[in-house]
Amino acid sequence: MSGIENVLSQYPPRSQDKLIPILQGVQEEEGFLSKQAMYRIGEYVGVPASKVYGVATFYNGFRFKPRGKYPIVICRGTACHVRGSLAVLEAFQDELGIKPGDTTEDGRFSLEVVACIGACGLAPVITVGGEVFGEVKPGQIKKILKQVQQEGE
Amino acid sequence: MPITTAEQLKTRRQQAKSNDQAVKRRVLVCAGTGCVANGSLKVFDALEDEAKKAGVTVSFELDKHEDAYMAASGCHGFCQMGPLVHILPDDILYTKVKVDDAAEIVEETLKSGNVVERLLYVDPKSQQPKKGRNDIPFYAGQTRIALKRCGEVDPESLDAYFASGGLEGLEKALFEMTPDRVIEEVLNSGLRGRGGGGFPTGLKWKFARQAKGDHKYVICNGDEGDPGAFMDRSLMEGDPFSVLEGMAIAAYAIDATKGYIYVRQEYPLAIKRLEKAIATLREEGLLGENILGTGFSFDVIIKMGAGAFVCGEETALIHSVEGKRGEPRPRPPFPAQSGAFGMPTIINNVETLSNLGSILSKGADWFASFGTESSKGTKVFALTGKINSTGLVEVAMGTTIRKIVEDIGGGVLNGKQLKGVQMGGPSGGCVPASHADIEIDFESLKSVGAMMGSGGMVVMDEDNCMVDVAKFFMDFIQRESCGKCVPCRIGTKRMLGILTNICEGKYKPEELDEVIAKLEDIGTVTIDASLCGLGQTAPNPVLSTLRWFRHEYEAHIRDHRCPAKACKPFLRYAIDPDKCRGCSLCAKRCPANAITGEKKKPHVIDQDKCVMCGACATNCKFEAVIITS
Repeated sequence: MSGIENVLSQYPPRSQDKLIPILQGVQEEEGFLSKQAMYRIGEYVGVPASKVYGVATFYNGFRFKPRGKYPIVICRGTACHVRGSLAVLEAFQDELGIKPGDTTEDGRFSLEVVACIGACGLAPVITVGGEVFGEVKPGQIKKILKQVQQEGE
Repeated sequence: MPITTAEQLKTRRQQAKSNDQAVKRRVLVCAGTGCVANGSLKVFDALEDEAKKAGVTVSFELDKHEDAYMAASGCHGFCQMGPLVHILPDDILYTKVKVDDAAEIVEETLKSGNVVERLLYVDPKSQQPKKGRNDIPFYAGQTRIALKRCGEVDPESLDAYFASGGLEGLEKALFEMTPDRVIEEVLNSGLRGRGGGGFPTGLKWKFARQAKGDHKYVICNGDEGDPGAFMDRSLMEGDPFSVLEGMAIAAYAIDATKGYIYVRQEYPLAIKRLEKAIATLREEGLLGENILGTGFSFDVIIKMGAGAFVCGEETALIHSVEGKRGEPRPRPPFPAQSGAFGMPTIINNVETLSNLGSILSKGADWFASFGTESSKGTKVFALTGKINSTGLVEVAMGTTIRKIVEDIGGGVLNGKQLKGVQMGGPSGGCVPASHADIEIDFESLKSVGAMMGSGGMVVMDEDNCMVDVAKFFMDFIQRESCGKCVPCRIGTKRMLGILTNICEGKYKPEELDEVIAKLEDIGTVTIDASLCGLGQTAPNPVLSTLRWFRHEYEAHIRDHRCPAKACKPFLRYAIDPDKCRGCSLCAKRCPANAITGEKKKPHVIDQDKCVMCGACATNCKFEAVIITS
């Protein structure tokens, strides 16, 4: 059974109130929501694909492109902002040549921005491939990217 | 075996309490998100290993008595100093603990009862090491009711919850009080919603009790979206049982049978702890059908949010629970009349619910003895920004902002001047330093153009530009505006456009009055005409900074200058020839090739080529780049 069918089988068909958990489950399995996946989900839940797309695009938590091998998540919460997170974001954009929501061509890094990770004591804070880095300065990002790649290989 | 009668509940609690009292030494390692990010779980494992090596026996359950009891607790609140290890009854708080410190802690403290002085917190004012919480101003200045178990107990242990008075409130409600009497008690306590609005909790319940419907729902709003606020997350992580007990009390009061907890997906640890707590309560018969043989049935389901700030608004949250786009709708009807799936529903914030167990077990009068005339009890604040001790603090309502910043928070970072405190997140406002002596409650904050909100408290110093801060919040709100109603959708976009133009120096000096009038006008209309709380409060950061920091707006528009030196287009970069060592790193990093100079000789910035990106200043290792505005 494919990843999508696996998720769908956990919910009764035609239950619209389960749409968001289903979308979350499929994204967890596939890494992102593809067009085909949204058509299939709509069919199962009993709502048009346009509605599925409408719900999915409403929430920031859903992605419509594959994530990079090492997703970079930058916290843009208030505590991080007043301690310089914008400069950190700009440094990553310059270094990788991509904007938030995009993935590098080689598929290694993707850039995401979140409203608050909740680790304000470490501001500005980012996570790269799930690993947390606190009190990040723009000058450190090359080292961080290198370190994560070395650990991953 | 499930607990099915009041008698069994009493026996179980008694047993938990006596087990708890028999603990010889307690080691609490903070496992809140901040400390875990800093490696506290590795510290926990290292302590366990070292204890084993040193022959110190350790238990992880209260009913097994060994040399020491170890628990990974919820957030201790003192996030700045994490990972934290608290040892009781000695009351020793070790800060910034690393894996390598574990052996010494075991050898010195667990074996011999000595203090490892180098791991203690050093008070920045007196430069003296402080042994435990009782000596540290950060803790000594607090009054903990909602947070009373946070960091004190193992959040996954029901016995630890029992031992600290857990379920005494629900027990009293079920066996000694009618639902109406419960509502009366909550009304008398003066408890007001901690999610921002400050609506009296008891009154909300009364409306839902009176409403008719086949089912009723209790929803816990854990969609803590304010950037920089993390009190609800810490409560769900650190004391999940208290949130569930609060929900059960609410359900009993309004006659609901089903509850939802709506949690942000960004909080995986909170979700995990809540799932575990719900499963434990079900196993023990404390959630589900016929709880404690009283005929009262109640069960709870977790709904994971998908990242939309507007879902903190109650009608939007209900739509999201129903699997729809999280857009708000006009009220009335209020959710208490027609909420989730068209049924009467109450929505209470996490912190509100966490207070309820204590209110019922200790009584309304006890709770109302804290706080001010209009705002009773305590409030948890997430103290962040330019502050020495970032963390979670709970204080009695009526405490002054200055006391929180100076005494509890240890003052502004690097000894700089306090400029203001942003209260209440993107819906709130900025309280200037000149008003730092106001006593915090729902009304006093409104009077200075701010609001309680969920309790975010972001400290700003002289280096923070208030126009930039207003722009930051507007950028956030504009992206989070759901787009359903025109005033919010277009109002926030236009205000953001004006703020961006101000920060980029795009207005002529003579346009000053016109620009400010336009901002005030759009702000007022957005407040008056928006559909929900998001739009109705969106202009607050702009209007409050205009009220208290108008001179900064004037400097940007009229003089093309940023007094805080934060807005890049107004900055001029120059190299101090005395400090420059001629390493030419700045020249390499400069994207505009504006920096020239010979190796080992002072470099120069060509002002015509400079694009004011600041890369030279960020990269200079000798602080040789001078920034002026």
